[in-house]
Amino acid sequence: MIFKKHAGEKLRRHPKFSIGWFFTYFFMIALAIFTALPFVYMIATAFKPLNELTAYPPTFLVKRPTFENFLGLVNSFSSDSVPFSRYLFNSLFTTGVSVAGAVIISCLGAFAVEKIRMPGSKVMFKLVVWGLMFSPPAAQIPIYIAMNSLGMRNTYWALIVPALIAPNYFFLVKQFMTQVPESYLESARIDGAGEWRIFASIIMPMTKPAWATVVVFAFIANWNNSGGSTIYITDQALKTLPYALSTINDANLGLARLGPASAAALLTTLPVIIIYLLMQSQVMNTMAHAGIKE
Amino acid sequence: MSTKAVNRSSAEAANKSGRWFRYKRWATGYLMLLPFILLFLLFIIIPVFYGLFLSFTTYNIVQPMRFNGIDNYVQLFTADDWFLTALSNTLRFAVVSGPIGFLCSFFFAWVINQLKFRNVFSLAFYAPSIVSSLAITIVWLSIFSSDRYGHLNNLLLQLGIIQEPLLWTTSPQLIMSVIIFVSVWMSMGSGFLTNLAGLSNINTDLYEAAAIDGINNRFQQLFYITMPQMKPQLLYNAIMATVSALNVYDIAVAIGGNPSPSNAALTIVGHMYDYAFTRFELGYASAISFILFLMCFICGQIFMKIFSSKDE
Repeated sequence: MIFKKHAGEKLRRHPKFSIGWFFTYFFMIALAIFTALPFVYMIATAFKPLNELTAYPPTFLVKRPTFENFLGLVNSFSSDSVPFSRYLFNSLFTTGVSVAGAVIISCLGAFAVEKIRMPGSKVMFKLVVWGLMFSPPAAQIPIYIAMNSLGMRNTYWALIVPALIAPNYFFLVKQFMTQVPESYLESARIDGAGEWRIFASIIMPMTKPAWATVVVFAFIANWNNSGGSTIYITDQALKTLPYALSTINDANLGLARLGPASAAALLTTLPVIIIYLLMQSQVMNTMAHAGIKE
Repeated sequence: MSTKAVNRSSAEAANKSGRWFRYKRWATGYLMLLPFILLFLLFIIIPVFYGLFLSFTTYNIVQPMRFNGIDNYVQLFTADDWFLTALSNTLRFAVVSGPIGFLCSFFFAWVINQLKFRNVFSLAFYAPSIVSSLAITIVWLSIFSSDRYGHLNNLLLQLGIIQEPLLWTTSPQLIMSVIIFVSVWMSMGSGFLTNLAGLSNINTDLYEAAAIDGINNRFQQLFYITMPQMKPQLLYNAIMATVSALNVYDIAVAIGGNPSPSNAALTIVGHMYDYAFTRFELGYASAISFILFLMCFICGQIFMKIFSSKDE
C-alpha cells in the first residue's frame, strides 16, 4: 500500500507521516548537524579575537566576531618574502589552467573513442578502466625523474602538466557520451560538418553535465593537492595554498595560531564549496552514468 | 546494361569515397585522442613500467644506476621493520575506513534519496569529502588536541568520564583511531554522488513489477532490486574507495605529524616518500611503490569479479 503510493510518485518521496519516518528524519538531521560541526567551528574560530582563542575552558562558538585573523593573515605573510596573496594566485592560476586543459583533453579523447570509434578505441577504453585502479603516488618517482631531467621542477608546468589527465575524467565523459544519439552526428555529417565542428557544436553542448563534473573533480583535486608543490617545487614563490596552510598551522606557534589558521582554512574551503554548489545539479546528472559495465 | 555499369561504377565510387571519408574521420579521431594518449603514456603507463624497472636498481639521480636484482624486495620484507609497520598501519586503515566509507555512502544515499530537501542533505554529507584535508585538520586537531584546551578532552573532563586529558594525537595507541575517525567523516561522501545519481535513475517500473511478485518491504526492494541495479556504480565506488584508502597519506601526516610518534601513523605512501624525496633512494622507494600499485590493482580486479554485471 505504502509502496504503491511512492512508486507512483517516482519512488522518491515517502508517502505520509509515520513514526518510522519521523525517526529517520530525526536521525539524518542529527547526523547532518554532526558532519557540519567542524565547519561551524572553522567559521566561528576564523572570527574569534585573541582572548577567545586562548580562553579556558575553550569556547566553541564566537562571541565577539572580528576580522583580526584575516588581517593577521595578510600581515604575518607580508613580513615573509612571500605574501599570502601569492599562494592564492599560484593556486588559482595552476588550478584554472589545468582544469581547462583537463576538460578539453578528456572530452576530445572520449569523443574520439566513443563516437568516431577508430580501430584501437576499445583497447584504449580498457586501459582507462585499468587506469582507475592505478595509484597516483606510485608514479611519483618516475615522474619526478622525468621532471628533473626536463628542467620542469620549480616551474608552474610541474603543477599543471601532471594534472591534465586522470582516468576517471575520461571515463565519466565517455560513459555520458553514450547517450548522445548517433543520428544527430550522422545528419550533421551528411550536412557536411567535419568532426571538429560536430565536437564543438553538438558534443560539447550536449555533454555539459559530464564536463561540468570534470570541472568540479579537477578543481577539487588540484586545489587540495599538496603533493605537487611539496615534491616538485622548492621555490617559495611558486608554492600553493596547501603549503601555506601547513606553515600557518605550525603547532609550535601555540593557541594563537588557530585564528589565522582557521581564517586561511576558511578561505581555502570556500572556493571548493562554491564550485560544488554551482555545479551540483550537473554533477548528479553525470554520475548516473558513472558505473562500470562490461 | 550500360545503366547497370554506370550504377556499379558510381556505387564503387561512393564506396571508395565512403571509405576515404571513414579513413579521414579516423585520422581526425586519432588526432583528437593524441593529447590524452601522450599524457596517459607519460604519466601512467610509462611510470608504472619504469618504476618496476627502477625497483630492481640502486639509484639516487647523482650516481649512476646499479642493478641489484630483487635485493630491494628482499630487504623490504626481511630487514625493514618500518615498512612492515607502514604496511600494517595502511591495511588497518584501509580495512576499516574503506568498507565503512563505501557502505555509508551507499546507505545514506539510499536514505537521502527518499527524503525531502535532498540537496541540503547532500551538501551536508558531501561537503566533508571535498574540502582540503590540510584545511580541515586544523579544525580536527583543535578538537582532538591532547591538552585541556582540546574540545573533546574538555568535554570528557567536564562530564567526569576521564580524569586526565587523553593524548589523542600524540599517543601511538590512539593516533590511528583518530585518523580513521576523521577519514570516515571525510569519506562518507566519496561515492555518495555516484550512488545518489544512480538511485534516482533506476526505472520505477521494476519496483511495481516486483510488487506483483510479493516484494513490498523496503529492505527486500533494496536487496532484490536496488542493489543489483546499482552494480556498475558500486563497482566504480569500490575501486575508488579502495585505491584512495590504500593511498592514504595527507590526512595521516596532517594528524599524526611527520614523523609521527613511534611511527604509529606511518603509511606506505609516507614510507615511500621518505625514501624517495628525503633520502633519494629512488630504487628502494620504487620497490615500495610497486607493491602499493600491485595491491591497488589486485583489489580492483577482485572487485571487477565480484561486481561484474556481465552475466545479466
